[in-house]
Amino acid sequence: MPTPPLIAFAHVGKSFDGGRGAARVRAVNDVSLEVAEGEFLAIVGGSGSGKTTLLRLANRLIDADEGRLTVEGEDVRALDPIQLRRRIGYVFQSGGLFPHFSVAGNIGITPKLVGTPPNEISARVDELLDLVRLDRALYRDRFPHELSGGQRQRVGVARALAAKPRIVLMDEPFGALDPLTRDALGDDYRELHRQLGLTTVMITHDMTEALLLADRIAVMRAGRLLAQGTPAQLSHSGDPYVGDLLRTPRRQAERLGALLPRDGAA
Amino acid sequence: MSFFSDPRWGEALAHLPDYLGNHVRVSVTALALGLAVSLPLAIAARNRPIPRGALLGLASIVQTVPGLALLALFYPLLLALAALSLSWFGIGFSAFGFLPAVLALALYSMLPVLRNTITGLQGVDAAILEAAQGVGMTPRQSLFQVELPLALPVMMAGIRTAAVWVIGTATLSTPIGQTSLGNYIFAGLQTQNWVFVLFGCLAAAVLALAVDQLLSLIEAGVRGRSRLRVALGGVGIAMLVVATLVPSMARLPSGIIVGAKTFAEQYVLSALIAQRLRAAGFSASSREGLGSNVVFEALAADDIDVYVDYSGTLWANQFHRTDSKPREELLAELKTTLAQQGITLLGELGFENAYALVMTRRRAEALGIRSIADLAAHAPGMSMAADYEFFSRPEWAGLQKAYGLTFRAQRQMQPDFMYAAAASGEVDVIAGYTSDGLIAKHDLVVLDDTRRAIPPYDSIVLLAPKRADDHALKAALAPLLGRIDIASMREANLRAAGGDGESSPDAVARWLWERIGAR
Ligand SMILES: Nc1ncnc2c1ncn2[C@@H]1O[C@H](COP(=O)(O)OP(=O)(O)O)[C@@H](O)[C@H]1O
Ligand SMILES: [Mg+2]
Repeated sequence: MPTPPLIAFAHVGKSFDGGRGAARVRAVNDVSLEVAEGEFLAIVGGSGSGKTTLLRLANRLIDADEGRLTVEGEDVRALDPIQLRRRIGYVFQSGGLFPHFSVAGNIGITPKLVGTPPNEISARVDELLDLVRLDRALYRDRFPHELSGGQRQRVGVARALAAKPRIVLMDEPFGALDPLTRDALGDDYRELHRQLGLTTVMITHDMTEALLLADRIAVMRAGRLLAQGTPAQLSHSGDPYVGDLLRTPRRQAERLGALLPRDGAA
Repeated sequence: MSFFSDPRWGEALAHLPDYLGNHVRVSVTALALGLAVSLPLAIAARNRPIPRGALLGLASIVQTVPGLALLALFYPLLLALAALSLSWFGIGFSAFGFLPAVLALALYSMLPVLRNTITGLQGVDAAILEAAQGVGMTPRQSLFQVELPLALPVMMAGIRTAAVWVIGTATLSTPIGQTSLGNYIFAGLQTQNWVFVLFGCLAAAVLALAVDQLLSLIEAGVRGRSRLRVALGGVGIAMLVVATLVPSMARLPSGIIVGAKTFAEQYVLSALIAQRLRAAGFSASSREGLGSNVVFEALAADDIDVYVDYSGTLWANQFHRTDSKPREELLAELKTTLAQQGITLLGELGFENAYALVMTRRRAEALGIRSIADLAAHAPGMSMAADYEFFSRPEWAGLQKAYGLTFRAQRQMQPDFMYAAAASGEVDVIAGYTSDGLIAKHDLVVLDDTRRAIPPYDSIVLLAPKRADDHALKAALAPLLGRIDIASMREANLRAAGGDGESSPDAVARWLWERIGAR
């Protein structure tokens, strides 16, 4: 590998109390994973496989029980979690916008926390609205409940980018959107990722989305990392679960190819 | 005379700046203190189940204590604290009026604020909390920028409830010496002045509604993120506070403060004393409706300057004496005991207001009953009524011991209704008050206490320690001493219970002065 990884998990583990006598849940179990600078990594897996937990470990929303985790070469345990979170962009599954802040207030929150002057924040908000393709005049002063789901996620992405992070973590950012919006947002974000030179880790339960957007895919199941690699590398994986995951997009592609001929009038 | 042309409306209105101003002052201070304590406690306890439960439990228990009792409890508590503080640090403070009222009301305001703050904070979506962390907020920033603003509507609802409770309950702070809109209600109930009662209730209700509406404007502004409404509500509250405080600041009690307990005779006598003092060039104001034990402690602590008490009451209640003595001896001994506390027993007014066993003249004559000793033989077949405290007082124990009295039935009654109940035959005997005008009105007789089981109850004028050497004050009061005979006082009391424009304590006091001063 030419450059050192920007994020590196080394034998990382995290358990939770099952609560009320239930056994402890090993949400993340001995995961080793590296994300190179500029890379777009997708984490795929079923519900409860530990994807969110893995992501939360990376910006210390929770702390690992085992193993070592480095961000930009530094062990996260040695870093102040507040500072760490301010320099990593995070897009939440449900948007996680503050309902009592306007769009501008939401986008500008992290710069405001680090003490950026208000006029700079204002200019940055406009820049970001352009970047995520929301009309400044129309949306700047709206509140989250006045936005569609897709618009909310665009604001969520803008908020994550506001403090000019090198790393963006996204937890099923487009999962709750209709297919068209989701496609458009995915493409737009992929473009931003390239343009801004970001390093992105995106969780999705949708293998098709992962294949379309990511450079590399990591597959999780029951807390373990089953496989990782480019789509081509994954398709050679001997693991039956990975094979299962790849079968659906493959079959869809074949059927669509038959149903929608490229040179057709449609 | 029509209901609204009753001169008592004008009289009530004249008291409004003073009563309302004091009411607002004590309510606002109590609410501010309540919030200052409850909000941090609720915030600190929100994520800790055990302190949270303990806090809410305690606040709920406080809430179940009746307002009147809570206020009354704070008075002796503070008295004891003041005494401790004086002996330990040499710093005394007044346990009278404002302080106990503020503390009790603040405690009363805590439950809705605690409950709604905790509920509001716990109701904030976990995903929003995680987002706050995720964008890099410190726990403090998350609290102030996210959790509190989102919980604010629920918190405001709690604050509104607390405000309305405090304003309503503040009417009960009159008996512990805090002037409030309750002064109308207590005075009105005692002197059958329904105009005052109505006026007091209306004023308190209007104040509570106004504050509630202004707070709800703020609440709506907070919910709808309308700065304008929040500002309007805030300005409204501020204006209300200023408007009610300014006039009452201008007339902060100055000069001589005349105390009065919670019954009509006391209102009349304090009005009479205040009138005489003003005639002598003093400035004087009345502090009425004080609890029977509060008024004496207030005098001893120099919180009020002068009031009228009764020798037997002090003998039994303040000095816990169970023996009885002849009049002169008892007065002399009382005078020395009071002097040890610096209190001056200026002299007797001339009449007695003692407990006495009373029955209808017709029945007494038919049975040949003249004295309590005569009554004892008939008592087992009779029923008896008294006020709420009589049966637990030493006088009753003394009567039972001296005459071997036992009745078929004993009932407790509102004093005003006792006499009518005796007159109608609903009860056979009552423990009445000798100076009550209703005795003559209902043609009742007082039975002789030949064995002197009931101590004498001479009405006496007491002066606070700081007035011990005030000769001008003593001279101004001297014309009252020995001048008020029992017949005059009875008639004055009857007039005070008249329930019309001529029955205000001031009017009756003027009438009384004309009657006794003319002689
Ligand atoms: N804060 C927590 N407390 C207890 N259990 C948790 C917590 N967070 C996650 N878990 C458990 O850890 C496992 C993995 O959860 P998660 O990482 O959210 O999965 P995914 O995002 O892949 O759906 C699940 O069994 C979940 O119930
Ligand atoms: Mg998840």
